[in-house]
Amino acid sequence: MRRLINRKPGRAAALGLGLLPFVLVVIAYLFGSHTRLQDNPADKLLPPPAVMVDAIERLALEPSKRSGQRLLWADTAASLQRLGLGVGLSAVLGLVFGVAIGVVPHIRATLGHFLVVLSMIPPLAVLPILFIVFGLGELSKVVLIVIGVAPFIMRDLAARVAELPRELMIKGQTLGASTWQIITRVVLPQLWPRLIHSVRLMLGPAWLFLIAAEAIAATDGLGYRIFLVRRYLAMDVILPYVAWITLLAFLFDWLLQKWARRAFPWAEPAP
Amino acid sequence: MKSFEVRNLWKEYGDQVVLERVHLALAGNEFVTIVGASGCGKTTFLKMLMGDEVPTRGELLLDGEPLPTEPGPDRGVVFQRYSVFPHLTALENVMLGLELRQAPLAGRLFGAARTAVREQAAQGLAAVGLQAALDKYPAQLSGGMQQRLAIAQAVIMRPRILLLDEPFGALDPGIRSDMHGLILDLWRQGDMGVFMITHDLHEGFELGTRLLVFDKVRDDPQAPEAYGATITFDIPLQRRPPPDVMEAVRRATAPAGAPS
Repeated sequence: MRRLINRKPGRAAALGLGLLPFVLVVIAYLFGSHTRLQDNPADKLLPPPAVMVDAIERLALEPSKRSGQRLLWADTAASLQRLGLGVGLSAVLGLVFGVAIGVVPHIRATLGHFLVVLSMIPPLAVLPILFIVFGLGELSKVVLIVIGVAPFIMRDLAARVAELPRELMIKGQTLGASTWQIITRVVLPQLWPRLIHSVRLMLGPAWLFLIAAEAIAATDGLGYRIFLVRRYLAMDVILPYVAWITLLAFLFDWLLQKWARRAFPWAEPAP
Repeated sequence: MKSFEVRNLWKEYGDQVVLERVHLALAGNEFVTIVGASGCGKTTFLKMLMGDEVPTRGELLLDGEPLPTEPGPDRGVVFQRYSVFPHLTALENVMLGLELRQAPLAGRLFGAARTAVREQAAQGLAAVGLQAALDKYPAQLSGGMQQRLAIAQAVIMRPRILLLDEPFGALDPGIRSDMHGLILDLWRQGDMGVFMITHDLHEGFELGTRLLVFDKVRDDPQAPEAYGATITFDIPLQRRPPPDVMEAVRRATAPAGAPS
């Protein structure tokens, strides 16, 4: 009998094992839903799949009576716009400051500690300030994501720059590179895959800040909808929305990973 | 390199003296090999030559001028590892220095200028036997090929000095002797001096025209950091036979089928 650490599942077994927890969760849900509905047909906590499909059809296909919009898509568009702006802006700021702090000792001495303190401010604690300063519109939600995400991308990238072998910096200079050329031809190209990785890691917090901001003050968005229908205990809407958000988050993560692999073949280990 | 002089060089880190009273005078393009025990300051010496460290006291004069206190294109470098850029192909690695020189802002060339530089870089790679690996990334190359690439990348800048920090230390013995032939050829063809650190005494004697040994002459057991190392032996090695004779001998002694 080989040790447990040396026994590896085959391809088919690995696929089956990977699917197992998903299947188990679905079965557990269906069982729980069935049992509760038998006791009380009006139970709203664990709606059966048919009811959820109805709710999704209503939200995705039928125009809303109040606004005339198809709510699921309107909510998704509003949320993704905020998320995209917030994460995009954070990535740009992260890259500019991360590289500047990582490459130029004087900027590191000036901003290094400040950045550490800045990144320790709990973003949700300043949300009221953002609402007061930027109003309840789109800007405050985007700024919340930037405040929550950008400092960590900056710190991460600055640390990645510091991890680049010193030999490469010297080599670049012996090839005649100026500071600007070191940044554009030695540092930045090697940072792209790390930036993508950093963004992937920060997508989770970005969603958190987005939904929190939408829950408190918004008129549309995925987070807004979930918190709105909570008042009616509309689990038939909440559960599909949560699944939809999860699917979107998973998709973005997967796409970023694919992109990084395709665009930066040199970052992969040798074939 | 017409002349190189080290005048009373000291390097200290706080109370710790690493190098003391280092003197050296070279005339012409010598191939200097440097040996010494670990921690004897030979790497610190090389770092001061490349401008990565600044001497505490003393002078380093290249062709009569003080060495710049930061790295520059007059001094090429090959390290034992991390000498080439992982995000560039072999060809792009060699093109980089030429592109940087001609395009201060963009850092890259386009059109005819790029084609010319590309051609020059391809020739440089062919000279080190990498003509078949132009579009490979360093991670796809063996250790020996990566060092060939690093050497081509440094030599194409036509530096006045080439600094080698145990460049062949991680290579197999067979590959190492190929590299010895390569580096000697390049040194003879290029108008440059070479400083090479090695752990391999045999390598030091075989390659160099001058062998330097770094060691501590004074040692206080109570305060091991109080005294630094210096050059304890400065050995002019026998003049090599003319290049064509060397080449003939090397061909005759090379294993059959090996690249010449």
